[in-house]
Amino acid sequence: MDVLEKLTVLTDAAKYDAACTSSGGTRTAKKGYIGNTSTALAGCCHTFSADGRCVTLLKVLLTNRCVYDCKYCVNRRSNDTKRAAFTPEELADLTIQFYRRNYIEGLFLSSGVFRSPDYTTELMIQALSLLREQYRFNGYIHAKAIPGAAPELVERLGFLADRLSVNIELPSEAGLKSLAPDKTKGAILAPMRQIQTRNQQSREELVKYRHAPRFAPAGQSTQLIVGATQDTDFHILRLTQGLYDRYSLKRVFYSAYVPVVEHALLPAKDVKPPLLREHRLYQADWLLRFYGFRAEELLDEGNQDFDTRVDPKCSWALAHLDFFPVEVNTAAYETLLRIPGVGVTSARRILSARRVGPLHIDNLKKLGVVMKRAQYFLTASGKMAEGLRFTPDSLLRGLIAAERPLLPQQEAVQLSLFDSAETA
Amino acid sequence: MDVIYHYDGSFDGFLSCIFDSYAHREIPAGFCSGEDGVFTLFDSRTVPQNPEHAARVLRKVAALSPEAAVLLRRGFLTCLPEKELRLFQVVAKLLREGPGFLRNRSDGTLYPVIRAVQHLNGEVHLLKGFVRFSDLGGVLGGEIEPKNRVLPVLGGHFTARFHNEPFFLYDRTHKEALFHVPGQSVIRPLASFQMAPPDEMEAHYRLLWKRFYDTIAIKERENPRLRMSNMPKRYWGTMTEFQGEAYFQPVSAAAGLSPPSIQPSLSPGTEPC
Repeated sequence: MDVLEKLTVLTDAAKYDAACTSSGGTRTAKKGYIGNTSTALAGCCHTFSADGRCVTLLKVLLTNRCVYDCKYCVNRRSNDTKRAAFTPEELADLTIQFYRRNYIEGLFLSSGVFRSPDYTTELMIQALSLLREQYRFNGYIHAKAIPGAAPELVERLGFLADRLSVNIELPSEAGLKSLAPDKTKGAILAPMRQIQTRNQQSREELVKYRHAPRFAPAGQSTQLIVGATQDTDFHILRLTQGLYDRYSLKRVFYSAYVPVVEHALLPAKDVKPPLLREHRLYQADWLLRFYGFRAEELLDEGNQDFDTRVDPKCSWALAHLDFFPVEVNTAAYETLLRIPGVGVTSARRILSARRVGPLHIDNLKKLGVVMKRAQYFLTASGKMAEGLRFTPDSLLRGLIAAERPLLPQQEAVQLSLFDSAETA
Repeated sequence: MDVIYHYDGSFDGFLSCIFDSYAHREIPAGFCSGEDGVFTLFDSRTVPQNPEHAARVLRKVAALSPEAAVLLRRGFLTCLPEKELRLFQVVAKLLREGPGFLRNRSDGTLYPVIRAVQHLNGEVHLLKGFVRFSDLGGVLGGEIEPKNRVLPVLGGHFTARFHNEPFFLYDRTHKEALFHVPGQSVIRPLASFQMAPPDEMEAHYRLLWKRFYDTIAIKERENPRLRMSNMPKRYWGTMTEFQGEAYFQPVSAAAGLSPPSIQPSLSPGTEPC
């Protein structure tokens, strides 16, 4: 099989993984090495595929041969599909040549479980060592830690990669038992804990010794599949919150389940992927990470799923009308962030601008506030937007109308990283 | 009296204009560079570039506010209509009132300039990802077609990343190119440029990339509108994955593969956008 065909098979097998960012790492240029990673805050998209998703990394599997039989996965051993494997040399050459042409920011290496988790991890280490040491690659590497691999191997992998991730995939243990019988919750969480501890340790060592090796400096992430099991949004969001709190994850990715197989326990093959639900979860995820919200504020036992009509922040605001209107000239930063239509950037701009003089309604748009949503929830120098009248009912209609242009086809909506940061 | 300033189009030339307007105690009504001179009812003054004057203006601005100096530099690279006049007004306000107003983005004088600089920065950010290089016999070459003069900003990113590779990046819009060899890089005007066709090796990697791009998309999630809003079509022209079949055909070795001629030719400096 030639490289072109291998690339086709192993890309096709890797495409359902949502993670594709290069953020959070800094690797300055080194003499004799190729490349750097310089986008510490926002990632760098090198292109967008036909589904509108950002392509940052060469996202491939080392091999799609797999001994596991997870029901939801295209690579399960019972699936009759073409199998392939890269040699370490082929993979390193592809990475370097793509990188030089500025096609990619680095490599995202995952793999099917070939023979055993340990054996697979050793193959990955071999490929990444070759890339780092012989091909002298200094760009970004994201590697998958295979659940069940020996801690010593995960350790070695972490010194080669910028980011590690262990995919939880199914948000509950019941889901795992029925759909991924070869995986257990313990086997997934153990490497996550190890990566967290080792990363922390490496940071401390770096303070003491400048040249201490860095263990997964860009932290770790994970992915949850949405819509393959019966788990509610509340369950998923609380799990997410726990992962951020207790495992210091950098990101949790959500992947709307695309039916790839007919199985009694899974949604039928003609069911469309729940893209709007995935979008709402990403919006809520942003609220957890940047806006100081807690999962319990957004959803509760009585309300287990997000309103599909308005975004989670508007939803919260509608349920807490007594909190509003907020006066932008005096409110604290945390309070400003609660206003729908005010984001992290515009809240900071408000803080800076109001030191010069009092703000009025017509200043706000220029500061980046999305007035279509925000107008109902704020005052500037004591005044609301001119001519604005509304009842709770018309308010809801106004908010739905304000978001609609952003959701062109109800089921074909997908998150755009930058938009949601600005407008959430 | 209203006066139109003629200058050479360079940043230092523009700063010299600011110096002269204070020396002559007059407020310029507009700026003109290169050949885009027009007949107007106004008087005009030709201001020669004076490095010493330019340095004094920049020093003064930076002393009042370091951010304003960055804004001035970046603002000059944008395609904002009448950018010189807008920038002049920001500097005049800074000298008159002090740097306080710079904190308020919604300030009437500041806002258009900030927006233009944001547009430039956004273009730079996208191009960091969208630039495509070809390996032309060991030298990397690429082309872009930006609205703003991004090369001075974008150049820093690529010279850091490919510090040990020789490469060049041609700006079709402003007809200038960045040339880099290890340890050194310059931006020079370049009137025209034609990329050499690919050899076997280059065509092979182009094809691999195209295949990767086509395979990574999930059919069930196809969303052309989202793709277009994330990556406007005006960038597609220079991106490998959107080229026609000929782009992936190597020229036979017999046709001879010479690296492209990258001789900087003499041509007028900056062009308005």
